[in-house]
Amino acid sequence: MATSGVKLYGGRPSPYVNRVVMALEMKSVDYELVEMNPYEKSELLIKINPIHKKIPVLVHGDRPICESLIIVQYIDDAWTNGPSILPTDPYDRATARFWAAFIDDNFFPLLREMREAEEEAKRLVFEKVLEAFALLEEAFITISKGKAFFGGDTVGYLDIALGSFVGYLRLSEMLNANYKILDETKTPLLAEWAERLYSDSLVKDAMLDPQKLLESLTKFQAMPKTDSN
Amino acid sequence: MAEDLKLMRTWSSPYALRVVHALKIKGLEYETVLEDMTKKSASLLEYNPVHKKVPVLLHNGRPVCESLVILEYIDDVWKQPPLLPQDPNEKAMARFWANFGDDKVMPLTWRVFTSEGKDQEEAIGPMMENLKFLEEQLKGKSFFGGEAIGYTDIAFGWMGNLISILEEIIDLKLVDEEKFPLLSVWINKFSDDPVIKECWPPRDKMVEKFKVIRERYLKQAP
Repeated sequence: MATSGVKLYGGRPSPYVNRVVMALEMKSVDYELVEMNPYEKSELLIKINPIHKKIPVLVHGDRPICESLIIVQYIDDAWTNGPSILPTDPYDRATARFWAAFIDDNFFPLLREMREAEEEAKRLVFEKVLEAFALLEEAFITISKGKAFFGGDTVGYLDIALGSFVGYLRLSEMLNANYKILDETKTPLLAEWAERLYSDSLVKDAMLDPQKLLESLTKFQAMPKTDSN
Repeated sequence: MAEDLKLMRTWSSPYALRVVHALKIKGLEYETVLEDMTKKSASLLEYNPVHKKVPVLLHNGRPVCESLVILEYIDDVWKQPPLLPQDPNEKAMARFWANFGDDKVMPLTWRVFTSEGKDQEEAIGPMMENLKFLEEQLKGKSFFGGEAIGYTDIAFGWMGNLISILEEIIDLKLVDEEKFPLLSVWINKFSDDPVIKECWPPRDKMVEKFKVIRERYLKQAP
């Protein structure tokens, strides 16, 4: 499959863009990252994603694909050499899809709510974040079947879906030690799993460094509502 | 060969209907387990502890939750006829439009339906804007899936059933034949398809149910 003509539009700090980077790295696809500020709706962004005007957008040949998890699945379908991102068993695939939807529809909105909340409300939302994360810990136990990743011996769809947020989870703790989400006393397996991603040969180069994220964040003073999906 | 399939659903849930349609298209037999959302069964809480919602598909006793996840599961296990296209790009598009329906079209339609006066007027614009995208998608095609009903059609199936019901209740055309000729044709074609038709819940019960829902929303509005 020709790897020429693969462009990824988006900002490197975005966890959604990061998912696509992780998938492309896994498949060893050559691509060009076209940095885009999602808060500026440039003409180009409107052209490649007229419906949502959001990043990431993957353009392969001349066809744009939008929505991070759809892009990740597309990468898995289009590049069949290299490791599989989704499991092969239909039930395992359904389980992976279910929890990816949970991450997007339940977990991430809570993270965002926490980030935007005033001090008093923050603690309450933080408790909800921990509850959601505890569900993910249980899911990890069942899905990994004692192995290193959600995907088993190698990283897979859920490792990407959640792993893309790990940099931000670490950042949360860096900014305020009271808001430790990756807590080895509460969710020990996920704490270890997160660590493992930073040294995994397939995705380590894609993982977001919390220190660098902090630098990017301070560049954008106030973070408005997220414009990536 | 009979599969061990059970579908936990309510009589009216449009999400559950997606699964009903998919199972019918694949020619699969299954047992229906009717749930009452006001009194959730122990089974439902056991099989869908995270969301406690329908639909839940039980295949050989193992639960699959979330309607679009269930559709993909059904398509993965029983290949014919295929619901999703084979081509990776077309597959991505099918998934994109289904998500678009859930993220944009459904909530916007709901906002129009559950409001009145100025609120409703303000809600109509965004809804129409998004319907235009759907209209575009149907150019040169009988269904979103091409010549046959597919994943995206099933995802938008709620329109086939609900649009005319909501229009009747609020006495307002949501999908105008002149503004959205292709979408109007699609709604009729989808609803009248022999496989789909026999699955619709009783219309009078639906009208009654949604009337009550609308009244409840209007009472709560500031």
